[in-house]
Amino acid sequence: MIKLFSLKQQKKDGDQSARGGQQKKASAAQLRIQKDINELTLPKTCAVEFPDSDDLLNFKLIMSPDEGFYRDGRFVFNFRVGSNYPHEPPKVKCGTQVYHPNIDLDGNVCLNILREDWNPVLTINSVVYGLQFLFLEPNPEDPLNKEAADVLQSNRRQFEYNVKKAMRGGCVGETFFECCLK
Amino acid sequence: MSVASPSNPSIALQSKWWNGLRNVLEREGLFCKDDFTPSAENLEFLQTKSKVLIIGAGGLGCELLKDLALMGFGDLHVIDMDTIELSNLNRQFLFRRSDINSSKAECAARFINNRVPSCKVTPHFAKIQDFDETFYQQFHIIVCGLDSIVARRWINGMLLSMLRYEDDNSIDVSSIIPMIDGGTEGFKGNARVILPGFTACIECTLDLFPPQINYPLCTIANTPRLPEHCIEYVKLIQWDKENPFGAPLDGDDPQHIGWIYERAQERANQFNISGVTYRLVQGVIKHIIPAVASTNAVIAAACAMEVFKLATSCYDSMANYLNFNDLDGIYTYTYEAEKSETCLACSNAPQVVNIEHPNTSTLDDVIKQLCELPRFQLKSPALTTVMADGKQRTLYMANVKSIEEATRKNLTQSLGELGLQDGQLLTITDVTSPTAMTLQLKYQANEVEMS
Repeated sequence: MIKLFSLKQQKKDGDQSARGGQQKKASAAQLRIQKDINELTLPKTCAVEFPDSDDLLNFKLIMSPDEGFYRDGRFVFNFRVGSNYPHEPPKVKCGTQVYHPNIDLDGNVCLNILREDWNPVLTINSVVYGLQFLFLEPNPEDPLNKEAADVLQSNRRQFEYNVKKAMRGGCVGETFFECCLK
Repeated sequence: MSVASPSNPSIALQSKWWNGLRNVLEREGLFCKDDFTPSAENLEFLQTKSKVLIIGAGGLGCELLKDLALMGFGDLHVIDMDTIELSNLNRQFLFRRSDINSSKAECAARFINNRVPSCKVTPHFAKIQDFDETFYQQFHIIVCGLDSIVARRWINGMLLSMLRYEDDNSIDVSSIIPMIDGGTEGFKGNARVILPGFTACIECTLDLFPPQINYPLCTIANTPRLPEHCIEYVKLIQWDKENPFGAPLDGDDPQHIGWIYERAQERANQFNISGVTYRLVQGVIKHIIPAVASTNAVIAAACAMEVFKLATSCYDSMANYLNFNDLDGIYTYTYEAEKSETCLACSNAPQVVNIEHPNTSTLDDVIKQLCELPRFQLKSPALTTVMADGKQRTLYMANVKSIEEATRKNLTQSLGELGLQDGQLLTITDVTSPTAMTLQLKYQANEVEMS
């Protein structure tokens, strides 16, 4: 092992840093998110938008699927990355009202890697792919919007019709959805 | 029990009380470190010169204060932002019922100062983030008894940022402040020795921390089976919807907890789930894991031992990560956690870039250098920095359209115009490297005044 130091020789009084004192260093969460963002490789149906380019911790993902039930829709997700990233996952909410078995009407998203299966090796890119998958293959097994899940399970045609209706702007059951077509 | 020694330090040094320590510090031993010289000065150093900071005055902190004070350390500082609660008293033995609502740091310091005259404890009733490097600089060693990963990461980052480098990019060893980190969770605990820049740091091994328990949202919403599911439902869904007190949820507010308790119970009844109690609600909302006094004692003792070894260099430090579990019998295992070569926080010595004319050199010039100079050869670097006022700033990032558009104007500005100062640290990330790189701008002396 390195012969560390002899603490006794260290003087502590007046031993100020020679490096100009208070040059501030970025936090670990900042370092990591900068890396994640700079290395995003988004599928062509996705784009990110930063309201404040100095704030890499808050941004929007805009997804416009080109196949599946949600083709031609435009969905916005709000990402909030906390100071404990990547120990904790980013908080993601869907800002567009959507008729979807795994997204409730308040925008909560049920995606395993956003909660119970999050892991620090995952990145913002992993989350984007997870969300994209959710729009290609809605999963009725783990519903957040139970009515939508029931319809998807019992009558795919009806589900497809409901999705289209909601995206055009209209009521499905009791709920009114705003138009979110491109 | 009285451990009082006379207040005159020279007499204190001779007191019989320290005979045990003398045996260790004033005699040769087979296992001593090479640079250890047995002498009476070792004890004197401990008592009069060494300065140790204890972060946290909770379960581990109380143990650490007691251990280090009785071990001969004469100058301890303790920092804690919390106040004492009734539920602390079973294990945080420096506190009494009359101390409830007072500062943990102040009460703990007062207790030790009254009880152990050879030790002076200075309390800081504050957050660790309230202090800057001039504060942390004064300590020889820092011991942490924390319950938060954010706080560990923060102090880890602080100690790493205080490292100074020689011209050949090796670390100036006198700038290292060792960090001893203890942690417990119920019957499990760990203690580790971190020599910032040399051994695995908190970020190197971030994935060793147990993940927070998160239940799948769909289970919470539709198929709750556990009382915890019901509580999480109220916390995540109902609170935002009904916002009963017009304020964000505060786990320390009994009214808030009470409301969640009632709603969670209603939901539990709906699904025939039993076991929602007020305590459980508190536990789930505040992520409380029951603390075990004996685990704290063991981990604190291991940490105190490491502080002692480092301060006296009488013996090699533990290398470097001790696991402990006394749930079922006793299990311990110590291994050497490896420093990650790709750690974003500690594998990152600042690279100096000389700037001849800060008032004419543009950001684009710097980026060109980063791409062209043989020692960098980056592809499409992203540059950020922390400005003098502490604000994070993105200087340039080509890969994200909205950021590129917002920062493009910076390219043609000079470093002076951008407000970047001599010595400014830039954080660079690039696809060519798994780590982030820190770049330090060095302005030529004759231009410093002008910028």
